Amino acid sequence: MSAAVIYTSREEIEVYRFNLAATFFIPLVALLLQSYLPVAFHGRLHFFDVFDLPLLVTIFFGVARRNPIAGSITGCLIGLAQDALTHNYLGLFGIAKTFVGYGASSLAIKIDVENPGSRFLITVGFYIIHRIAYLLVQHGMVEQNAPANWLHSIGAALANGLLAIVVFWVLDKFKQRG
Amino acid sequence: MILGMVLLLQVFGLAVQVKRPVDPRHPEAGSVRMIRLWVSATITPLERVFVATGSWLAQSWHDYVNVGGLRRENRELREQNEKLLLEEARMAEEANQARRLQALLDFKQHFITQTVAAQVIGSSGTEQSRILYIDRGSGDGLRPDMAVITPDGVVGKVQEVFPFTAQVLVMNDLSSGVGALLEKSRLHGVVKGTATGELLLDHVMVDEKVEPGERVLTSGGDRIYPKGLPIGTVAQISPGNNLFLTIHLRPTVDLSRLEEVLVVTQPHLEQADSENPVKAADILAQRLPGVTQKQENPADGQAGATNGAPANQKQNPAPVKIKPIRPPVKSAPQNQPTATPTPVATPSSTPTPPEVAKPQ
Repeated sequence: MSAAVIYTSREEIEVYRFNLAATFFIPLVALLLQSYLPVAFHGRLHFFDVFDLPLLVTIFFGVARRNPIAGSITGCLIGLAQDALTHNYLGLFGIAKTFVGYGASSLAIKIDVENPGSRFLITVGFYIIHRIAYLLVQHGMVEQNAPANWLHSIGAALANGLLAIVVFWVLDKFKQRG
Repeated sequence: MILGMVLLLQVFGLAVQVKRPVDPRHPEAGSVRMIRLWVSATITPLERVFVATGSWLAQSWHDYVNVGGLRRENRELREQNEKLLLEEARMAEEANQARRLQALLDFKQHFITQTVAAQVIGSSGTEQSRILYIDRGSGDGLRPDMAVITPDGVVGKVQEVFPFTAQVLVMNDLSSGVGALLEKSRLHGVVKGTATGELLLDHVMVDEKVEPGERVLTSGGDRIYPKGLPIGTVAQISPGNNLFLTIHLRPTVDLSRLEEVLVVTQPHLEQADSENPVKAADILAQRLPGVTQKQENPADGQAGATNGAPANQKQNPAPVKIKPIRPPVKSAPQNQPTATPTPVATPSSTPTPPEVAKPQ
């Protein structure tokens, strides 16, 4: 006999949904900012490319909807759109963000993901997972031998975790009880 | 009494008639009737007094009594000052932009005939792909693999072209490659990007002598970038894992702060390398000391070793400079020599140094 351990209260597994405009425009704005900010203000924000706003949006939609299928599709679409902005093969970010969308949705069923501390931790964790998935596909399928540079990745993960606290707080305004 | 009045009347009559110099020390100042001098001498001191008194009163009122007016005037001056400061900042920004655009224009006019100026409007937004988006597309004549430059040097190349925008692959991307040569030693190599956005000069053998600070220019051999454009300077040299040196470059262009760029829509690659293409034997001779170049084409700058020594660039002590790229003379037939100068950046062991200038 086996029993799944659920670490959430009834209230914490509240499922949220988003209206169509928010579903469409939030990822779009994230992609737009991700593309524009590094070159905005005479390139003074070029450090911004360590952040991954589309990843944060994927995580946010995943944990809010708590539906692994919806999370996977959201991650896939956002990732493919992000791939389209680069010159790399379509699917590198798509696969990585599909993993993240699925993982975030699945995790949100089991643990509390509403407080800033847990949001920071899950973002850091999923950033690393996202990076690993990206590198695996990059090395395994595309055969691009890019070095991992883990120290930089960990720093970027922490930075994204901090940014996630702010971004998730803003995106909470668009949530509707399901 | 009557006598006095008569005398006064006559004096007055004389004063009306007689002219006196305005200033006896300066006769060139002219003369004026005496009556005018007297009246002036009488009236003007009083006027001065009146004016001075009035000024003093007005100043006193302004300084000590009319505080409300002072405050209002002060506020107006502050507002005006702020407006002027904003205006000054705006004009400074416009002047900076004008200077940059002027530099682009000068560069375009002096170096390359056909370019399209473009504004950087976006990026890939990720470190995994160093892509920029510019506001010019296929409608402006852009095509893939066109060189993207600034007056300071090479930026990258056009990767994808859309109707109104285009993707630019920056040369510090991992998948980028630029044919390059070292300015003094004339050694050829390939400039590549790294995952962290650095620039490396690859394919330079470990036994070659490369000095920090040496400039690296485009070789033109990749058929994308015009020859002689600055890429960067040698920052650090270390032996690599294989037969080649690991040469870190400092780019001449700040690749993270690009605003306006030029897309070379018509490079003059027909200059040297199309007419006198670099042969594999020449490159091999450069790489491997001991292999001599063949003298197949005498017009190719006496490519073979003249004294039996290896045709390595280091045997020519005189540095070969790059000729500026100029448009070919269209009226001249293609199979005849034209007035178009042939760039001489290709390897040469000619003892006489070419006299040509650097790219502007």
